[in-house]
Amino acid sequence: MKTYGPIIRKKDLTLLQKSYIPEILKGLRMTIGQMFKPTFTSQFPEERFKPEPSFRGRPVLVTEQGVERCVACGLCARVCPSLAIEVQAGETELMKERYPVKFEINMLRCIFCGFCEEVCPEEAIIMSNDYLLVFSSQEEALFGKERLLKSTEELKERLEFLRNHR
Amino acid sequence: MIKITVDGRELEVDPTLTIIQAAAQNGIEIPHFCWHPKLTVSGNCRMCLVEIEKMPKLVISCATQVADGMVIKTKSEKVVKARNAVMEFLLINHPLDCPICDEAGECKLQDYTYKYSTGYSRFQEDKVHKPKRIELGPNIILDVERCILCSRCIRFSEEIAHQKVLTFTERGTHVVLTTFPGTQLDNPYAMNVVDICPVGALTNRDFRFKARVWEMSSTESICIGCARGCNTNVWVRNNEILRLTPRDNEEVNSSWMCDEGRVHSFKFVSSENRLNGPMIRKDGILVDVGWDEAISKVVSELHTYRKHEIAGISSPYSTNEDNYIFARFFKEVIGSKSFGFLPHTIPGADDDLLIRADKTPNSLGASLLRIPGENESSGIDHILKGISSGTIKVLYVLEDNIAADPRIAEILTNLEMLIVHSSTKNETTIRADVVLSASTFAEKYGTYTNFTGYVQRVRPAVAMIEQERAPDGMAMSRWDKFAARNDSWGKGNKRDARSSWRILAAIASAMGVKMKYASSEEVFKELVERVPAFKGLSYSKIGTHGAPIKKEFIKVSKP
Repeated sequence: MKTYGPIIRKKDLTLLQKSYIPEILKGLRMTIGQMFKPTFTSQFPEERFKPEPSFRGRPVLVTEQGVERCVACGLCARVCPSLAIEVQAGETELMKERYPVKFEINMLRCIFCGFCEEVCPEEAIIMSNDYLLVFSSQEEALFGKERLLKSTEELKERLEFLRNHR
Repeated sequence: MIKITVDGRELEVDPTLTIIQAAAQNGIEIPHFCWHPKLTVSGNCRMCLVEIEKMPKLVISCATQVADGMVIKTKSEKVVKARNAVMEFLLINHPLDCPICDEAGECKLQDYTYKYSTGYSRFQEDKVHKPKRIELGPNIILDVERCILCSRCIRFSEEIAHQKVLTFTERGTHVVLTTFPGTQLDNPYAMNVVDICPVGALTNRDFRFKARVWEMSSTESICIGCARGCNTNVWVRNNEILRLTPRDNEEVNSSWMCDEGRVHSFKFVSSENRLNGPMIRKDGILVDVGWDEAISKVVSELHTYRKHEIAGISSPYSTNEDNYIFARFFKEVIGSKSFGFLPHTIPGADDDLLIRADKTPNSLGASLLRIPGENESSGIDHILKGISSGTIKVLYVLEDNIAADPRIAEILTNLEMLIVHSSTKNETTIRADVVLSASTFAEKYGTYTNFTGYVQRVRPAVAMIEQERAPDGMAMSRWDKFAARNDSWGKGNKRDARSSWRILAAIASAMGVKMKYASSEEVFKELVERVPAFKGLSYSKIGTHGAPIKKEFIKVSKP
């Protein structure tokens, strides 16, 4: 019979080692020792984590004085690697000429990469600090304008972060 | 022929050409804004500057004729520098409107900025502001800020459309494009200026802001607005046609198309009025039924009448394939020769550029398939007389709204059975007993014969219930390629309709005459074999630019 490599012989264990008791005691010591040290976990549903401004939560649309900054150029929809964004433009009397009649992000497709924020020429779509996304159906995951629009006041920290770090 | 050298390549060219033409013929692109192959040379954009050996300065290639032994450099350092400078000057006052500009994506200035510009601007001052959103005409909106003053639109409207209303006023950086006081750019070809505008200064009011160009798929097709059959591209997003643009074809439409065709010839495809599946009249009202039920209804009705009680009206709106199968259906299945088609001509509506008085795309095709038109004894007059006298009890109408004519609508009440192929609800379908929903030009393969005898193909641009985009090889946009079932942007309206030849072949087969075709190409193959006028043609021969039928047949068919 052909053998591959040297055969490793298991070391014979002493009686005490065979009983495993010293090893169990070592483990218990470690566990009990941890119980008296300060904890790092947070009690999630009751305690909420407040992300830093650099955090990439779900993308939102910025509104200024009740009007969205978005001009529906469609660059976010073009750059989106997972094709989560759908934009339909329309004409408005305002200076900006175009506005999004429909702006929909499929949050099941969104991968939070932040490309939309990066490509936006108007700083109109930015990543928020909202990370709590729960849906009970596929339709519910389609976020329209009503759920995407956020005022500049609400998004102050992220906007400031973008000004300073980009 | 003379010899010139362009970028080290020796070319043999016609001495009457300019440098830019000679280069273009040999696949060498010289960037240009104001030069257009179909317009006179104006030479004001300075983008096409090239270096010629032994000439002291750079010359504009659009206005310099080639000469024997000329050595031209289009990529030398001097030329590149000059181009960078031209781009920088053009961009000084050009607004950064690309996100809201409809031209973005097919903009010459945008493309050239990537290709031939240095990528930065030394201009620190404020840009000149000019009027925006001006209605230049009923279909065109002008944004003067974006204009780079190439004068293509001015030359087009003077030279091609013969309407001298556009001009430049003011001086220096304040030059504005405008119409003369009290006039509008409202000639029937005005919207071609939108296509030839190298930037987004002139935009199509009908298409404005509807979609970005990269979101649409484009399909090579033709316009069915009149007997000219201008070559077009059909632009579709979310399964809806959003615009038509003309496609170059020297034999048919040069580079142009009329506004009527551009704006109105496709709207019916996705209109509210579209039929969705076949309908049968039950207890006085039309109800939706399945195809099998509708076809068996037609079969049983046609069986109950004698053949001289049945007449048919074919359609110059239908393709050659549809008309051919219709004629075969009447001759072989019903055994009747009483069928014809109604011409739709507006007398005196011809003009000397493109627009034809004959408002149907295929009346020559129908005549060549030996379907009698008006003033022919066995044709329409005979059928209409038969209907009013009561000898004809069943009328089979192919894709033509015959009841739009009140005189015909009146006599239709004499009929016992009216079977109609139609794609939209109209005066005829209201009176019909069986309505079979037919595909439009944008939903099927087929051929039309224009008034000069040019046979041209259409291809499906809009998906149907029975015709999916991917397996049927249709043009696909990025959204079409990646749409999943739960994506809202993939849920464009798909309708239930079939090509008329398919419906007729199914009825014929159910009545005992085997008509089996797998595709419209097979129908066309048989048509080519049996109809001498179409001899030698095939789908691949027709291709994207059409193919002519033999001249002698056109003379015979024209009175």
